[in-house]
Amino acid sequence: MAKVAIIGCGVVGAAVAYKLSRYDADIVIVEAENDIADGTTKANSAIIHAGYDPEPGTLMARLNVEGVKQALEISKKLDVPYKRIGSYVLAFSEEDCRTIEKLLSNSVANGVEGCEILSGDEVRKREPNISEEVIAALWAPTAGIINPWEYCIAMAETAVRNGADLKLNSRVESIDKAEKGYVLHTSSGDIEADYVVNAAGTFADKIHNMVAEPVFRTVHSKGEYYIFDKEEGTRVGAVIFQCPSKVGKGVLVAPTVEGNLILGPNAVDCDGDDLSVTAEGLEFIRKAAARSVPNVNYSNAIRNFTGVRANTDKSDFIIGVAAEDFIDLAGIKSPGLSSAPAIADEALKLLEGEGLKLNEKAEYVDSRKKVRFRDMNREEREELIKSNPSYGKVVCRCETVTEGEILDAIHSPIPARTLDGVKRRCSSGMGRCQGGFCGPRIVELLAREYGVSEADIEKDKTGSYILCGETKEEKC
Amino acid sequence: MRDLIVIGAGPAGLAAAEEASRNGLKDILLIERDDYLGGILNQCIHNGFGLHHFKEELTGPEYASRFIDQLEGTGINVMTGCMVIDIDEDRTVTYVSKEHGLVSEQAKAIILSMGCRERTRGAIGIPGTRPAGVLTAGAAQRYVNIDGFMVGKRVVILGSGDIGLIMARRLTLEGAEVLACVEVMPYSSGLQRNISQCLNDFGIPLYLSHTVTEIRGENRVEQVVVQEVGPDRKPVPGTEMVYDCDTLLLSVGLIPENELTREAGIKIDPRTKGAVVSDDMQTSLDGVFACGNVLQVHDLVDNVTAESLRAGKAAAEYVLSGKKRGEVHSVVTKGAATYAVPQKIRCDAEGNVTMSFRVNRTIRKGTISLSGKDKTFISIKRSDMTPGEMQQLIVPMKLVGNIEPQEFVLDVEEVTE
Repeated sequence: MAKVAIIGCGVVGAAVAYKLSRYDADIVIVEAENDIADGTTKANSAIIHAGYDPEPGTLMARLNVEGVKQALEISKKLDVPYKRIGSYVLAFSEEDCRTIEKLLSNSVANGVEGCEILSGDEVRKREPNISEEVIAALWAPTAGIINPWEYCIAMAETAVRNGADLKLNSRVESIDKAEKGYVLHTSSGDIEADYVVNAAGTFADKIHNMVAEPVFRTVHSKGEYYIFDKEEGTRVGAVIFQCPSKVGKGVLVAPTVEGNLILGPNAVDCDGDDLSVTAEGLEFIRKAAARSVPNVNYSNAIRNFTGVRANTDKSDFIIGVAAEDFIDLAGIKSPGLSSAPAIADEALKLLEGEGLKLNEKAEYVDSRKKVRFRDMNREEREELIKSNPSYGKVVCRCETVTEGEILDAIHSPIPARTLDGVKRRCSSGMGRCQGGFCGPRIVELLAREYGVSEADIEKDKTGSYILCGETKEEKC
Repeated sequence: MRDLIVIGAGPAGLAAAEEASRNGLKDILLIERDDYLGGILNQCIHNGFGLHHFKEELTGPEYASRFIDQLEGTGINVMTGCMVIDIDEDRTVTYVSKEHGLVSEQAKAIILSMGCRERTRGAIGIPGTRPAGVLTAGAAQRYVNIDGFMVGKRVVILGSGDIGLIMARRLTLEGAEVLACVEVMPYSSGLQRNISQCLNDFGIPLYLSHTVTEIRGENRVEQVVVQEVGPDRKPVPGTEMVYDCDTLLLSVGLIPENELTREAGIKIDPRTKGAVVSDDMQTSLDGVFACGNVLQVHDLVDNVTAESLRAGKAAAEYVLSGKKRGEVHSVVTKGAATYAVPQKIRCDAEGNVTMSFRVNRTIRKGTISLSGKDKTFISIKRSDMTPGEMQQLIVPMKLVGNIEPQEFVLDVEEVTE
């Protein structure tokens, strides 16, 4: 059986693994960090874009629209929170009106269904908190909001359940061409593979350059965000964009699929994966967002974060054969999350082109079901607690996450080993107290389940220790 | 139907439940989400509790155990490890636990005593990276005092709230180095005695009108940048001090935990972020009372106890007499007063009403007055009022008399010589 190595387990790598895992291939996913979905996938606007932004004829245009169609199906099958709530692109000036006209014609060319231009008054009728300054807007009913890391985790978990091997803490340091295929030299040892898929996100240029001449380079651009308490979550009912510019789609205001409000991003060139939030960046976002929705209450802010776009010096996605049996999925900037499953289809076609035989397995898993206590009705909750009392213990009070769900996360196909790993799998600590209450309790559960000291539990990436030892201990 | 359900068994819930029992209620259910009673007092192992209520100095766990011991023989039903997830307008309380599953019960009265939570980094938007090692003072207190683990070796504390000050001392005693305590306001929000006993006694500097303007470090905190702020609370360029540290503790305020209250449709005061109550501690929803930090953030547990005794007694009277609240006066604030609790005073209230409030600045010499439409009921002089210390005004209702419902004004003015 041919062996395929996928470098990177963000949403693109996970989508490739998921799609490939229904075929007779030996899959190894090689991830540099100690958990998956830990780069750009966990820090972005969490939007499935309708597909009117990309220039017609580009890869981005085609794969975005195809990705939206697939998101509906995949999210249903794999139980990923996804809501099609639609989006508006607001116009404040005549120039903006020309821009949204252009986007409307893009939408027709790209095959996006249902877009239309509405008057300012019509928009305010539907979204009462939108600024009085808005004179028109493009409405796109197929835009949606998703939980991006859960999208990634769901696809990766399914791949693992279908036999894919996930190697964490394995940063690819160099690659050698073998007689057939490649040898990846990683921080945890060598991995041989017949075919390689480069889905390394902001590191994709480095990986490419290990096997081929440089043809593109990553241009790091960070975007900063605000997250608000659920009290602000109904401020708008759809994704509110401003007109896109060269640097990005501008500052958006949107509900999240968990019911919070998200504001951002800005776009600032940065050095490497700079995940810091700046006072200037936050001020820029506040001002820009106020243009769209003037009455956001900042005393309800609960978190800021920064994500780094996988931009390159090329305007389109870079999807192609970098070298024999070696596929690049690089420069997957926005609308990358929206396009991920369609990008994976491209990868499979390219692998086939390189000689990989795709024989469908007789049996494979293509479904997933999660317990989400807070979304259940009374009868379902009663039944659940009867079947397993640990679902009767609420550990995260802000998000109503039970001990049972935390244990599920710790014992899932790709087990949570860190505090943030648990958070990414069951939304604990995402609420207004930001883990102040449940954090120590989840650390206790992690330590118990893994049979280690609480001091050994990390917050997120390797080295992010929470506790430095027992009290009255000399070494501390 | 239960006589009374009390939600939260910290100092507020314990005192309220016991007082309701002493005043004749028989079927009382006390619900606690943690596995033990006493709430946050269990992790407050320092002393200084009980000076007013017990006239002696106790630790937090000792203070709690006085009340827990008194439960015996009262017949109060206690449920621990049990979380209330919903309160209906008809006073039906829905809770879940491992032991009992999902249960709904109606009560003649409810007392809300869920306490408060800490403000976080996200609420104040501190710039910088997002490493481990940034945590609230209360979470650190739990790790150190309950779980027995240290949270860091070199610590900077942002905010001069009492828990932060207490943790400055605690971490020092546990061998950590507390480098500084930084407060954005020109005054501390903590009690004077804590500044003296927790910072000054250990030589920990307190920087007023300073804040943390950047957190550095990829996976764990490596540095924080502290800067002076101007009168507009904006950082002053050129005043940066860089601390090499592994931990930043936040003690930047407490917020009453009123999600259940809000969902029940009970009116919230935007200033206290707690329920609007009348002098009997009754909220806008008939038969639902509130007390302790869920109503307003207190500095002293003794004041929580006093307030909760009033709530427990009033809830018992409400259930036993079946009498609904009549007409009320409303209380608004003026001058340096930032809020007043209770926000309503019953026209037929008897005895003394205790008004709690805070001031928005340090007042060396001031007057406090409460006036109606055409009469000042009470006016007293008070010196040394600070924003960090809750003020109280006792209002004998006989001074108010039997008058028609009207707006009262609580006014705090500074006296300049």
